[in-house]
Amino acid sequence: MFSIDLLLDAVVTGVLLGCFYAAVSIGLSISFGLLDVPHVAHPAFLVLASYGVYLLNDSYDIDPLLAGLLISPLFFLLGLITYRLYYESFERRGSDAAVRGIAFFFGVAFIIEVLIILQFGVDQRSVTASYIGKAWRIGDLRIPIRQLVAFAVALGLTVVLSVYLSKTFMGRAIRAVAQDEEGLRLMGANPVRIKQFAFGIATAVLGIAGALLIVVAPVEPTLDRVYIGRTFCVVVMAGLGSISGTLIASIILGVAESIVLTMFGASWAPAISFALLLGVLAVRPQGLLGR
Amino acid sequence: MNRREVISWAAATTVLAMTKVASAEGPPIKIGMSMPQTGGLAGGGKASLLGIEIWRDNINAKGGLLGRKVELVVYDDKSSASETPALYAKLLDVDKVDLLFAPYATVPTAPIMPLVKQRGMLLIGNFSFQVNSKVHHDMWFNNAPWGPADSWATGFLTLGRKAGGKTVAILSADQEFAQNIATTARDVAKKLNLPVVFDQAYPPSTAEFSSIIRALNAAKPDIVFVASYPPDSAGILRAVNEIGVGDNVKIFGGAMVGLQFAAVMENLGSLLNGVVNFNTWLPEPSMYFDGTKDFFEKYGKRAVEAKVDPLGYYLAPYGYAMGQLIEEAVNATKSLDQRTLAKYLRENTHKTIVGPITYAEDGEWKESATLEAQFRGVKDKNMDQFRSAGRQVILFPDRLKTGDLITPFEDARN
Repeated sequence: MFSIDLLLDAVVTGVLLGCFYAAVSIGLSISFGLLDVPHVAHPAFLVLASYGVYLLNDSYDIDPLLAGLLISPLFFLLGLITYRLYYESFERRGSDAAVRGIAFFFGVAFIIEVLIILQFGVDQRSVTASYIGKAWRIGDLRIPIRQLVAFAVALGLTVVLSVYLSKTFMGRAIRAVAQDEEGLRLMGANPVRIKQFAFGIATAVLGIAGALLIVVAPVEPTLDRVYIGRTFCVVVMAGLGSISGTLIASIILGVAESIVLTMFGASWAPAISFALLLGVLAVRPQGLLGR
Repeated sequence: MNRREVISWAAATTVLAMTKVASAEGPPIKIGMSMPQTGGLAGGGKASLLGIEIWRDNINAKGGLLGRKVELVVYDDKSSASETPALYAKLLDVDKVDLLFAPYATVPTAPIMPLVKQRGMLLIGNFSFQVNSKVHHDMWFNNAPWGPADSWATGFLTLGRKAGGKTVAILSADQEFAQNIATTARDVAKKLNLPVVFDQAYPPSTAEFSSIIRALNAAKPDIVFVASYPPDSAGILRAVNEIGVGDNVKIFGGAMVGLQFAAVMENLGSLLNGVVNFNTWLPEPSMYFDGTKDFFEKYGKRAVEAKVDPLGYYLAPYGYAMGQLIEEAVNATKSLDQRTLAKYLRENTHKTIVGPITYAEDGEWKESATLEAQFRGVKDKNMDQFRSAGRQVILFPDRLKTGDLITPFEDARN
């Protein structure tokens, strides 16, 4: 059933949904896109962050977004440790690090899932906040406020990370290590430490992304499996390492999914992300904003 | 009695006593099963297993079955259909279990049906839906109150039509259980002369339901039948709360899995108000049978320690009743022979804590006891409110009814 109102609804929802996808993918854009680390445990870290936010919200009644900010430093440390483990065990030892690294990160994801089950059980968990469960009304259009929050935070994250990576000394060092690790070494810098720091930032971002995840919908320990395909699809479609590309690719994906869900039937929606990915790669193999 | 007779009598008594001791300490009766303890079905699987364990402890405290202790052999099937065939082959060939219980839910149970039939084993089902409809195993006894296949949709759509509904929307998850339910809903809607104006299956990976609810609203249905799985049910209700479904909707819900679990109910709180949904047991006056109260007292104490659903209404008493079915059949027939037990289960009515159970030819309950109940007066963040009567008023079936439908849905939400 086609109507202009319905299409407008779908586009607005799609943009908001896309920004949420950007928030949960942006860390992967750094770890996988810039650092070439096959971080398949990225969605598991994301779900872990959601449980951290749940714990703070449930025990101390802290706002989920503030809780996300509070756990980010812990996730930064977790990122430093994880990368160091990965580097010492695989990257330092040879050329097939990526292949063996996938197995390592799958293992990490599995351990995280089991730890969450042991600590929290298998039930769904959600948080409470004044902006959850309410909608903003414009005429006949109703926009869930939780989606507006996700939209604003995702935009903020993109801007902050883009500025950080392009304007600060450390940010430019991270970009440099992604482009020419050997060159950086010849300049006297330690590429491993820079990559470790960048991986820490990618993981710290997940603190806030995890907060958005549990604000948007309840979480359960195996939720990472739902996001693994979407997040990698966004990062590859964006062009590896492109932060602004991640936002654009996410919005395209969100709008396409939303229009298909609304106008053509929900069964087609899962195919959309990969169909778009194939389409983009056929025309621009380097991704939307990749070099 | 001379000395020789005394010695003979004493010897005979000793031998008899030793025989009795030997039989009481004979090898345990092994009941094998897989159970989802991780993955999407784990919440239900763990509660169901706790119900079965409470029965095992009770029966062992009474001396076991046929004088032998009962032992459960349980594997985690990770909620996956691909795991169960190998696990049940292992239970039969390596563990050599005496009896089989099915895992919780349709998806893990469906693939073991051919194996169980081929091996000639009796199987007590655990809340699966129509898994025997094509296999036609004559020793299948599903312990679930569904009854005839169309009972879920019949109860809900009949209530909707009585409330003045003339058109139906069907929203279902794109997986076996929900699709089976949706198929019966289409058939029942046709029988009741209710045109289906919206019919969509959404993929299990759907993260956001606002778009789907908007599309549903555009079709302006009077009755909205939803067949969803736990992660989606909460997402759908949140979207409904934010977007709304319009004043025309008389009744909303039907087959939303997840709204039976304490954590989900506590999380959703007042968003549940007005929803009419299926359930299997509720703390309403019509639902107490012999042993029901005692079971929930025991369950409540053990659930906290086991970190499972603290209420346990949906699955746990049925897990206990699975044991009661076997207990009654074994005690009545004094046998572990699969065919003898199956014959007894088929031909008799069994007293359990979830009410009397009689089986139809296809191994499903002869009479449906699937409840359709409406959430009322639910407040946020309060689990204890669900322990008292009146929070989920039973509307269907008539013999268990404890109230009438409040309609339209938007009024019932307030």
